[in-house]
Amino acid sequence: MPRLNRLILAHLWTAFAAFGGALILGLWQMWVRSPFAAPLSSSENYFISVTAHGSAMGYVLTTFFIMGFGYFVAETALKRPVPFPRLAWAGFYAGIVGVALVVGTVVSGRATVLFTFYPPLTASPWFYVGLVLVVVSSWVWCALMLIGMGQWKRENPGKSVPLAMFATTANAVLWLWTTVGVAAEILFVMLPAAFGLTEAVDVGLTRTLFSWTLHAIVYFWLIPAYIAFYTMAPQKAGGRLYSDMMARISFVAFLIYGLPVGLHHLFMDPHPATGFKAVQMVLTVLVAVPTLLTVFTVCASMEIAGRLRGGKGLLGWVGALPWKEPLVLATGLSFFMLWFGGFGGLINMSYGMNAMVHNTSWVTAHFHMIFGGSVVIMYFAIAYEIWPKLTGRAAPCVAHQRVQLWSWAIGMMILSLPWHLLGMFGQWRRVAQFDYSDPTISWWAPWMTASLIGGAILVASGALFIWNLARFHIADRAQRLDAAPMEPMQYAVALHPGSTPAALNGFRLWNILVLVLMTAAYALPIAHSFIVNPPHALVHRVNG
Amino acid sequence: MAIDEISVAKSERRWATAMAGVSAVMLGAILYATLGLHLNPPSNVELIDPATIHVSGEFAEENLGTRLEPTGGIVTRLVTTQFSFSPACVVVPQDTPVTIRVVSPDVIHGIMVVGTNVNTMVIPGYVSRVRTRFTEVGEMLMPCHEFCGLGHSQMIAKVRVVPVSEFKPDADGRAHCAAP
Ligand SMILES: [Cu+2]
Ligand SMILES: [Cu+2]
Repeated sequence: MPRLNRLILAHLWTAFAAFGGALILGLWQMWVRSPFAAPLSSSENYFISVTAHGSAMGYVLTTFFIMGFGYFVAETALKRPVPFPRLAWAGFYAGIVGVALVVGTVVSGRATVLFTFYPPLTASPWFYVGLVLVVVSSWVWCALMLIGMGQWKRENPGKSVPLAMFATTANAVLWLWTTVGVAAEILFVMLPAAFGLTEAVDVGLTRTLFSWTLHAIVYFWLIPAYIAFYTMAPQKAGGRLYSDMMARISFVAFLIYGLPVGLHHLFMDPHPATGFKAVQMVLTVLVAVPTLLTVFTVCASMEIAGRLRGGKGLLGWVGALPWKEPLVLATGLSFFMLWFGGFGGLINMSYGMNAMVHNTSWVTAHFHMIFGGSVVIMYFAIAYEIWPKLTGRAAPCVAHQRVQLWSWAIGMMILSLPWHLLGMFGQWRRVAQFDYSDPTISWWAPWMTASLIGGAILVASGALFIWNLARFHIADRAQRLDAAPMEPMQYAVALHPGSTPAALNGFRLWNILVLVLMTAAYALPIAHSFIVNPPHALVHRVNG
Repeated sequence: MAIDEISVAKSERRWATAMAGVSAVMLGAILYATLGLHLNPPSNVELIDPATIHVSGEFAEENLGTRLEPTGGIVTRLVTTQFSFSPACVVVPQDTPVTIRVVSPDVIHGIMVVGTNVNTMVIPGYVSRVRTRFTEVGEMLMPCHEFCGLGHSQMIAKVRVVPVSEFKPDADGRAHCAAP
């Protein structure tokens, strides 16, 4: 068992508790929007629920899962203790206090600004303080990952950092860069406004700052899934990692191209000039590259496994893969959803076509498919993979894990395909109730009902997930594996483990490149706000 | 495994080249649309003070709605506020270039005309502008698509597209939605 297993479990259970609550809220929201009357339905409750659902899924599930999994990787991939465990615990408790503040302010209706808070709407200051604490907690984690990797490199001169840890640290570096935008927005604009020190804000500037964070945060969420694709799934399938080098290049590409593209979220805003948008649009095309590389390397790694297991012919290896293994199954389902998610993303990024889908259900559908589908299903699979190591018990029932993964993928398809369709036909976003008696939108009703059913399947699947994990803890003492000690965590070995160039064994060069790209992408748009100095908008407090 | 290190590297290079090609084609298509066809998202760095929008000038109450400008162009002016559009219905002629200009005196809003590519955010401090052409006659929904407060769901206006022959501005050039 990892030494830090209590710390890791604390993080992961916090993540999944938030997930469970947010999932139920999501279903209720679908019900309110559907043609059927929902209990407790009101605009106020709806937007409180949307704020809570978004914050819990986007900030709590992700951040705490990534931190918990990161500590696990740091200990098992580097095979050395994580440095400063007390600091790690302090960070955890800071994050918990932050979550409590966010939950308290949101539930009491003092922070109904959605999780992307739209200034000049201004929530209770304690909402922002809570978010700051969560971010600070994650910065502690970033520091520990960097220190851990640095210490390992000093102890193992000339050796290449194990891929799982290299990728985890890449994510920590990415996250430090990513949070700069939102931290600047909260510290310099929102907190002064919320505490009543300022009465007006530059709305365009706050949007530019938030966009800095808005794209890269998605890669922060997604990298654990990619770590599982590269280092865990091929191992589970009995194969080898096709290429360690290609994997490193992909993670580095996420780091450098994930950041200078956030303005693509503001394509429909008036304030960024066309040229600023065009630069980041070009860079956005490049962010497709690491995912395209990943598809190849992971498929090739799985092909090795399939062929080692006797698969023949062009595609015979696919059938020969051990699909009964939850991790292998989840990888397959995740890739399947990635096709839809990737296609949707290409439309969003396409500048002109963005006008067709901006702020429609298409966007909601897109990120539910790619994050809620492709990424979160890998969070489940990672949990199933590491829970035996954390608790020292074998999985009570693997068949239930498979049922859970299948039902999640099916539920997500049923939920989000109708949204894609309705969004393409102009169903606008963030609306509590639609007037289905209007003849132009009455045809939406059956599709909204289908989505509602998808949501119900997701809630059932989520409940099964929690139950599958809870059973590890309540399992019979007899099922403990003391007799046969649990095998340590194994990560996939490269087909041809060679030496790694120094550039791909650290982040110095890449940090410089990020700095250059971020300056090119953001210096002018931010400076522009100060140069044109637009009239500010009066703060609208919603902390009722 | 049968596959040696050199073949691995070669296969990767081939894939990377193919994917670079795919990306280049996509980028080329988008660049052609923007530089060749001038299809750009609605940027418009034009400032306006949210506090004084109503008082006088272009967006004063009496100037809102559709107007045949003395220069001959058709401009539709709108104000989005918590939680309504002013005016709540605008009329525009079919198959005619129309410029939509929108401002907000309070918080962020967004407008779209359902079934068209008219789509822009409305950011207090700036004038949003969309140029378009409505091809089909009829009444279309124009909702606010960005969260602007608890009344957001109720914020919907209408665009009435009429044949050019039925588009009859008054002596001042203004056209109003006739009672249905
Ligand atoms: Cu993005
Ligand atoms: Cu609105």
